[in-house]
Amino acid sequence: MATVKLSDVKKAFGSVEIIKGVDLDIHDNEFVVFVGPSGCGKSTLLRLIAGLEDISSGELTIDGKRMNDTPPAERGIAMVFQSYALYPHMTVYENMAFGLKLAKFDKKVIDDKVREAARILQLEHLLQRKPKELSGGQRQRVAIGRSIVRDPKVFLFDEPLSNLDAALRVQMRIEIAKLHSDLDATMIYVTHDQVEAMTLADKIVVLQAGIVVQVGSPLELYYHPQNKFVAGFIGSPKMNFVPVEVAATDGTGVTVTLPGGNTLLVPVDSRGVAPGARLTLGVRPEHMSETGQGDATMPVQCVVVERLGGDTYGYVQSDGVELMTVQTDGTSRMKPGDRLDVGMRGATCHLFGDDDQALPLLERNDLADIGKSGILAGAPGPAPAVH
Amino acid sequence: MKLAGRYVTGGQVAGQVLLLLLVVIWTLPTVGLLVSSLRDKDQLIASGWWSALSSTEIANQGRTGTADDQVETADGYQIAGNLLPEDSPAEIGFWSDNINDITAYEAGQSAPVDDTGAMTVNADGSYSWVSPEPFTLERGERVFYQAFVPPIFTLDNYREVLAAEGIGRAFINTATVAIPATIIPILIAAFCAYAFTWMSFPGRNWLFAIVVGLLVVPLQMSLIPLLRLYNDVGATFGVEAKSYLGIWLAHTGFGLPLAIYLLRNYIGSLPRDLIESAKVDGATHFHIFTRLVMPLSVPALASFAIFQFLWVWNDLLVALVFLSKREDQIVLTSQLRELLGSRGDNWEILTSGAFISMIVPLLVFFALQRYFVRGLTAGSVKG
Repeated sequence: MATVKLSDVKKAFGSVEIIKGVDLDIHDNEFVVFVGPSGCGKSTLLRLIAGLEDISSGELTIDGKRMNDTPPAERGIAMVFQSYALYPHMTVYENMAFGLKLAKFDKKVIDDKVREAARILQLEHLLQRKPKELSGGQRQRVAIGRSIVRDPKVFLFDEPLSNLDAALRVQMRIEIAKLHSDLDATMIYVTHDQVEAMTLADKIVVLQAGIVVQVGSPLELYYHPQNKFVAGFIGSPKMNFVPVEVAATDGTGVTVTLPGGNTLLVPVDSRGVAPGARLTLGVRPEHMSETGQGDATMPVQCVVVERLGGDTYGYVQSDGVELMTVQTDGTSRMKPGDRLDVGMRGATCHLFGDDDQALPLLERNDLADIGKSGILAGAPGPAPAVH
Repeated sequence: MKLAGRYVTGGQVAGQVLLLLLVVIWTLPTVGLLVSSLRDKDQLIASGWWSALSSTEIANQGRTGTADDQVETADGYQIAGNLLPEDSPAEIGFWSDNINDITAYEAGQSAPVDDTGAMTVNADGSYSWVSPEPFTLERGERVFYQAFVPPIFTLDNYREVLAAEGIGRAFINTATVAIPATIIPILIAAFCAYAFTWMSFPGRNWLFAIVVGLLVVPLQMSLIPLLRLYNDVGATFGVEAKSYLGIWLAHTGFGLPLAIYLLRNYIGSLPRDLIESAKVDGATHFHIFTRLVMPLSVPALASFAIFQFLWVWNDLLVALVFLSKREDQIVLTSQLRELLGSRGDNWEILTSGAFISMIVPLLVFFALQRYFVRGLTAGSVKG
């Protein structure tokens, strides 16, 4: 059980800087997820913590001890790789015992530990099999088992579920969440899948091009994205962005003119915003109303309709606006070609300035702090936004 | 077309036939050599190996007894005996007293010979020459015959070359050269290939480029400089100029570039995660090498081992330079060459000697052929 602290950590390959100064505090027992698009440096950051890459500058401490130059095995970490990285010529048992054997543990101790891990992961009947005789999910379990036996202070997962099919991914996701609550261990998990991030994390770290863009609980990122990138990355389907012009500002927020001419009051900090300025309005598909309910409406034309059964996604168009998504329930009769007025509520909208930074909301959504109190720790929460 | 319940196209059939043809063309010389080496030496000279299973036709001559051998019988006088050498399996088909008409009489037929009576020659070679008058000849009469010898297969040739012609000793010498000259470069190359792929050190790429460059250095060019170098260094340590150590080192040196190149490609194709996973598990480079990389590289190691072993086994040039021709150092290829000079007419010795030198490569190839095929494709296809 351990804390991990990164102070101004940088990593450069030759002249290319991949990690451009990361400061991060990871608390004991926390489940931290690094998310970001491909190439954002999330895996590199994990490998820096693991010791598989050397840190170019900055400091990494685990449990208060500087770890920059400590070899991976002595950092008290265990890592689960995307490709599982099982030793193909060894049985499941030998795979799990490999690290312990190298550490010269007693045979009896090794046996106990391996059998205990096998019990936790329901691998007991597979111990004498070779990896090639296992299914993807079983291999993943063995890989996790191999990390459990080492009794690490910090678990590191590098996109562990991306090689599994959709159904298995959901199942393993739940198992990892359970494992976290059972083991009480600090876990760092890298994924590009924001659903995994939302469901597993106590704390999400959003990375973009080697920089930490925002750190927060899943719902904090959902309700209070600090910039356009985070707003677009968290939530599915993606948030809609609409160019708007400021009509008026006052203490209750900023009033903007939507395409089509209607005005909408968004309750954000209006300091530094002048009437006539061009801003970007962010509104999530699930916060748009097909029937025009809300504080303001916008005329659009429906282009494509996707019916998922429970939900319906309508892709709609308006002059000067990118294709937007409207999420409604499965009974919607919307069809391509329909002209409709979509409605939205000012309180669920976000405004972004020229620099893509969000104007702070005046009121904090109380759901944003729900993860921090530990209510959702490790278990997949109700996550109303995730579909 | 339907064959064994499966439809096959003409192209497939043609392909299989072509394959069969190629196999026959490639294996035929070996089979011929093997058959020849097992034949009786007289038959080997008389006919080709493909007729080994049919009787051989030989033409020869025998001499009858002289007047001293005649016995008086009721009808006159008789000389009897056998024209064939003792224990000969041959059967006489035709005979004659005239060299120009060797098939004049059939076996068992009676014919006048030398105007002094009638001779009968039987298939088993026995003859009987009878005359009412006493024989006066002082030299035996020449009788020409055409005989058929049934096929004879024997291991005598092998016994002879192994024992008398020094091939047995040369075989052991060759093994003494080939086995260490295979193992040493593989060991060095495996360590080296691991370092080139999974350890980072300054100048790694340059070093590897040099190793690849050495692939194209012709062996002939470096032989003599190497020998002189070895002799000079050897002289300071009091090592004799031509020794097994020298040839082991030479073969190791000549084999290493290819070995490093092949093994590096294979070891480099092992998944990176695997190596890193072992590092996280606390494995040192040595552990990773012995517990992970070596077991996983068996196909590549085996395929290189075959290459190197066959090359060293069949080598003549390096052996001539680095070993003497003394009995305790001469290798098979060299010994065969000597035999070719001194016993060039004795095919039975050359064929059996040649087959002894082939037998080990053949066995090695058949025993390890699955590695051979797998190793050659290793790295190109994920297996």
